[in-house]
Amino acid sequence: MKIKTLVSAIALSGATLIALPSMAADTIKVGVLHSLSGTMAISETTLKDTVLMMVEEQNKKGGLLGKKLEAVVVDPASNWPLFAEKGRELLTQEKVDVIFGSWTSVSRKSVLPVLEELNGLMFYPVQYEGEESSKNVFYTGAAPNQQAIPAVDYLMNDLGVERFVLAGTDYVYPRTTNKILEAYLKAKGVAAQDIMINYTPFGHSDWQSIVSDVKKFGGEGKKTAVVSTINGDANVPFYKELGNQGISAEDIPVVAFSVGEEELSGLDTTPLVGHLAAWNYFQSVESDANDEFITQWKAFTKDSNRVTNDPMEATYIGFKMWANAVTDAGTTDVDAVEQAMIGQETENLTGGIAVMNKNHHLSKPVLIGEIQDDGQFEVVWETDGVVAGDAWSDFLPGSKDLISDWTAPIKCGNYNTKTKACSGQNY
Amino acid sequence: MRHLIALCCCLFGLLSFSVQAAESSQQDPFLTELAGAKFKDMVPILDQLAEIQGEAILPLFHTLLGGDLYYIKADKSLVGQFDEQGATVYKDVFNQTLVPNLSKRDVKKIRVNNTLRGYLRNAIAQIQLTAKSPKVRESAVRELLSKLDADTVALIESLYAKETNNKVKEAMGLALSMHTASSTELTLPNRLVAIERLSSSLEGDARNLLTTLTKDENPAIVKAATSALEKIAQRANRFAFIDQLFFGLSLGSVLLLASIGLAITFGVMGVINMAHGEMIMLGAYTTYVVQLMMPNYIDYSIWVAIPAAFLVSGLMGILIERLVIRHLHGRPLETLLATFGISLILQQLVRSIFSPLNRQVSTPSWMSGSWEINPVLSLTLNRLYILAFALLVFFALVIVLRKTSLGLNVRAVSQNRNMAKAMGVKTHWVDAMTFGLGSGIAGIAGVALSQLTNVGPNLGQAYIIDSFMVVVFGGVGNLLGTLVAAFSLGIATKFLEPTTGAVLAAIIVLVFIILFIQKRPKGLFPQKGRAAE
Amino acid sequence: MTRLTEWFSAGRSSGKHTLPFVVILLVVSLLASGANLLLPEDSALYVSTYTITLLGKYLCYAMLALAVDIIWGYCGILSLGHGAFFALGGYAMGMYLMRQIGDRGVYGDPLLPDFMVFLDWKELPWFWLGMDNFGFAMLMAVVVPGLLAFVFGWLAFRSRVTGVYLSIMTQALTYALLLAFFRNEMGFGGNNGLTDFKEILGFDLQADSTRVSLFMITAFLLAVLFVVSQRILSSRFGKVVLAIRDAEARSRFIGYRTDRYKVWLFVYSAVIAGIAGALYVPQVGIINPGEFSPINSIEMVIWVAVGGRGTLIGAVIGAILVNYAKTRFTAILPDAWLFALGAMFVLVTLYLPKGLMGLYAQMMAKRRPRILEESAVKESATKESEV
Repeated sequence: MKIKTLVSAIALSGATLIALPSMAADTIKVGVLHSLSGTMAISETTLKDTVLMMVEEQNKKGGLLGKKLEAVVVDPASNWPLFAEKGRELLTQEKVDVIFGSWTSVSRKSVLPVLEELNGLMFYPVQYEGEESSKNVFYTGAAPNQQAIPAVDYLMNDLGVERFVLAGTDYVYPRTTNKILEAYLKAKGVAAQDIMINYTPFGHSDWQSIVSDVKKFGGEGKKTAVVSTINGDANVPFYKELGNQGISAEDIPVVAFSVGEEELSGLDTTPLVGHLAAWNYFQSVESDANDEFITQWKAFTKDSNRVTNDPMEATYIGFKMWANAVTDAGTTDVDAVEQAMIGQETENLTGGIAVMNKNHHLSKPVLIGEIQDDGQFEVVWETDGVVAGDAWSDFLPGSKDLISDWTAPIKCGNYNTKTKACSGQNY
Repeated sequence: MRHLIALCCCLFGLLSFSVQAAESSQQDPFLTELAGAKFKDMVPILDQLAEIQGEAILPLFHTLLGGDLYYIKADKSLVGQFDEQGATVYKDVFNQTLVPNLSKRDVKKIRVNNTLRGYLRNAIAQIQLTAKSPKVRESAVRELLSKLDADTVALIESLYAKETNNKVKEAMGLALSMHTASSTELTLPNRLVAIERLSSSLEGDARNLLTTLTKDENPAIVKAATSALEKIAQRANRFAFIDQLFFGLSLGSVLLLASIGLAITFGVMGVINMAHGEMIMLGAYTTYVVQLMMPNYIDYSIWVAIPAAFLVSGLMGILIERLVIRHLHGRPLETLLATFGISLILQQLVRSIFSPLNRQVSTPSWMSGSWEINPVLSLTLNRLYILAFALLVFFALVIVLRKTSLGLNVRAVSQNRNMAKAMGVKTHWVDAMTFGLGSGIAGIAGVALSQLTNVGPNLGQAYIIDSFMVVVFGGVGNLLGTLVAAFSLGIATKFLEPTTGAVLAAIIVLVFIILFIQKRPKGLFPQKGRAAE
Repeated sequence: MTRLTEWFSAGRSSGKHTLPFVVILLVVSLLASGANLLLPEDSALYVSTYTITLLGKYLCYAMLALAVDIIWGYCGILSLGHGAFFALGGYAMGMYLMRQIGDRGVYGDPLLPDFMVFLDWKELPWFWLGMDNFGFAMLMAVVVPGLLAFVFGWLAFRSRVTGVYLSIMTQALTYALLLAFFRNEMGFGGNNGLTDFKEILGFDLQADSTRVSLFMITAFLLAVLFVVSQRILSSRFGKVVLAIRDAEARSRFIGYRTDRYKVWLFVYSAVIAGIAGALYVPQVGIINPGEFSPINSIEMVIWVAVGGRGTLIGAVIGAILVNYAKTRFTAILPDAWLFALGAMFVLVTLYLPKGLMGLYAQMMAKRRPRILEESAVKESATKESEV
């Protein structure tokens, strides 16, 4: 008896599964490729909601080109090959006009060949290591020169830091950022023995030894700071350990590139007051656009305690620019939108204007904030104007001659200015 | 008579009013300047305030340091923000009188940054050198060690003779020795004596001073400083070893807590419970919910959370046992599959209820900070408590299994199910209770882990493999084995880590376990008796 | 252990499914390939390239499930680390594809893959040498997993590590490899793994014809391995393996060197997993340490359980069904698909202990009660022998 019901249940669900997704009439489809389960769900779910909110808002304004927008959400489940597969599904099955997605570098690298093969369009909203520029991707997060370098400048010039601990999770973003920083610091006259580099695995939870090493390293007379590229989940135990071992921000400040309001909402920040983060956006920045955005977000999530963060702003800017580019181009055709994107200007939530450059990276202001006891950041320093994102770092030997320019006549993501050649393109 | 009193009152009121007025008029120029000042302009203002007001300015500095100083937008007067029974109130910083009818919109925060905080600490320390409490005085002296200028030294010198407390006197002596050792205008014998004195201190600032002295022009100073440094290094190394041992024990206690519940469900019942990690996660979320329900009693929340987590995870365990595992008896490998499915469901459940974001669990004040034994050795309190807690849970469990009738039944069923059944033991009931006990203990582990790491849907996943390793390494079905295995793996990892790095240390330990199991297939302490094999 | 043997009855009948299975597999893949290459895109019967790559992936997983079933279903060795062999095979293929990029990488270095230029490596590490040769790389794709399985199996089976202990040890193995491959110093691209492949044996990987060929090769190899495995398992060797599963101590007492049988079966299974991995990588376009994750290895076991272990065909069906469900669920119920997946695992273990193939056998048996009687007799006989 049990088996019979089970069989019929399976058969029923099978029938619904096989049924094709209904083809909606004339809409512009916006694909959302963010993990909703697995390890990255913690960060990416927020961005999925941000895109949904933006779509809803755009529809209230009447959509685009006289059509409604329709969001197509899929779950790549923090599984990197699945990003490629789901990307292909979005582009060929759902026929979306644009994709907002990815968080980790590996997920972007996974979906990239698919985007280039099928000529899709993706907006990548997270700060990343640079060293990439694809025709089919717009990078609205920060490149290393929009986050790491200004932060280190601040440490050296304003706080008088002479020794640096570069601590990161062992993957490509920290590796690259630390390499760039190491070269930069050495160029600024910091001796090799004043730089300590440390890598830990993902989700590292036992920080006792490392924090105690940092404490020793910092106790040797010179003013020391930690430059942290520690990823997501590992941050909470790291900061807890810092607090418990009594390392205060005045003694050894930690400046983080992957810790934002959302990461802080998972911990009690009282012992962390004064530690720093470098971003292009902080929720605490006062501006009308930001107030409106925060109110809208809280209403959308129906949670008055929800925070906003930098990748959300990057998604916001990306979405606005895309919408404008579609309006300008009068079509959602990828090539037309891609060209219309370059030079697009949108107001930042923190004031000022973000500009999309020829290398598919944004010009944005850089802010440095100190953690407050309410889990927010207080801006203590910001760049005078905007900083243009640099796809290829000037501090790495392999890439200092490379530039990216997607306008005619170069039209190339990695153009070598010395050999005047363009390498590694798929088309 | 009545009139007289009234008059007195009136006079007194007038007097106090005029005093207050005089005071505020005296403060006003600098205090209002503080409102809306730029960071770089703040230090001179604060300097002047400290000079004029002396000790009276302390409350203001403390409030500012705590980031609670605000100014009223309308008249630029300063107020402190306080939290009273969950409500935000504003009070005068100096006399603590309530300033009524202020909302968050009327005030603006006076921002502080690290430079300012550093300045404030130092300024407070200088003022506090004369504080009543010897502890405050001592920490004030130690705070000042890194920035000894002529004024500070003169101040300490003048206070040194009057000081009665030995500890404070020692700290002050250290400060004076440091000054003597570094001042070139003093005579050589004096300096050498000072250096000799420094060699008995473990204070980092003293060591840094000695390191700079090894580059001194005078060879005698260099020699003395070098030998003093060697002496310090010897002592420091001993403490470093203790430190590392503590790290190992602490990691071991985390492993023990995470695996002890598994030692019961897996070791005693033979159920491969892949949802064990999720039981830990439920315990951690219970802590979060308990803290949500008693926001003003965070310090006591842990005591409520421990039994609550035990109940929540335990009941969930019993539920799982009754609904699923009961039907899979004698098929250990299939319980693995079913419980893996359960673990997916539970993860998604908390994701749906609590969102995929990590939740904030506060650390009670009595668990924060560290126990500073000396300048190079300090043990963090939360880990110390968790170590003790893990041992407590372990021994409580041993007692439950050895001394109670439930324990007797559990052991009987695990050793020979059929025989126990024949003797009238209700094996179904025992199974449910055992599974509930194991899960409940996992829940307790979750309370402890919530103090160390993220409380999120993936919490359990992070510990499940380690837990299995510990149980298998120790020997399935042997609680003592679990204890020994947890601590030896913890200590081994921590002693490997400095030379190999965290990742390689983990790999080496895993490979070691794999090889060890080849040598002794039943773990460190194999189960003996008829039930074995 | 008693229930284990019940599955045997289902296992027996699988022999007669071999031919129809191979025919169906090959015909369906041929039709799908033809529909992709020959039909116009707007035709109702057109099979998109997306579907082809998806099917190709399913078939790789099916091959992997076959490998798991061979040792679990037929020899009772529950490996929670088969993902390791799969990933090693995948890495061998990935390294070959990486070397094929040549100077078309973003930095244009003729010898070093991009990630090495990036990390400032000056020369190719020794284990990358020769990987530009397809034959050698494919040899590595089977030799490396095979060798690892041999060393691990030789150590474990000789010292009679069995049951749960063995499962946990295999899990430790894949976990250790996961951590190792995450390390950037290892020279396998760290967390990003190997990706952005251009061509295989000179064929453009993005061309539809290449994809279809890869898919066809996968289907063909799956059929071959299926038949070979069926033969091996019904040979004398296979009979001993079954005996070991049902009563290892007894087989040993009779005089069989059970550890040797187990080692060789384990190696064979690992080699199949390696081949599956090597076929998987060019079709999905990326290999990274995530494939070593213990969770993946558990999922493989679940595919087999869903299909019905000890039947080979059940493993294949289970892998395809579960992964199809996953693909659909993640699209239809992105927020709740884990509920569905989790519930499926629980329900299958509770109500379908023999998997879908067991259910099928049961339904067949109802139609022909005679078979049921037979299997009942067999069951009681084996139960007796188990105690």
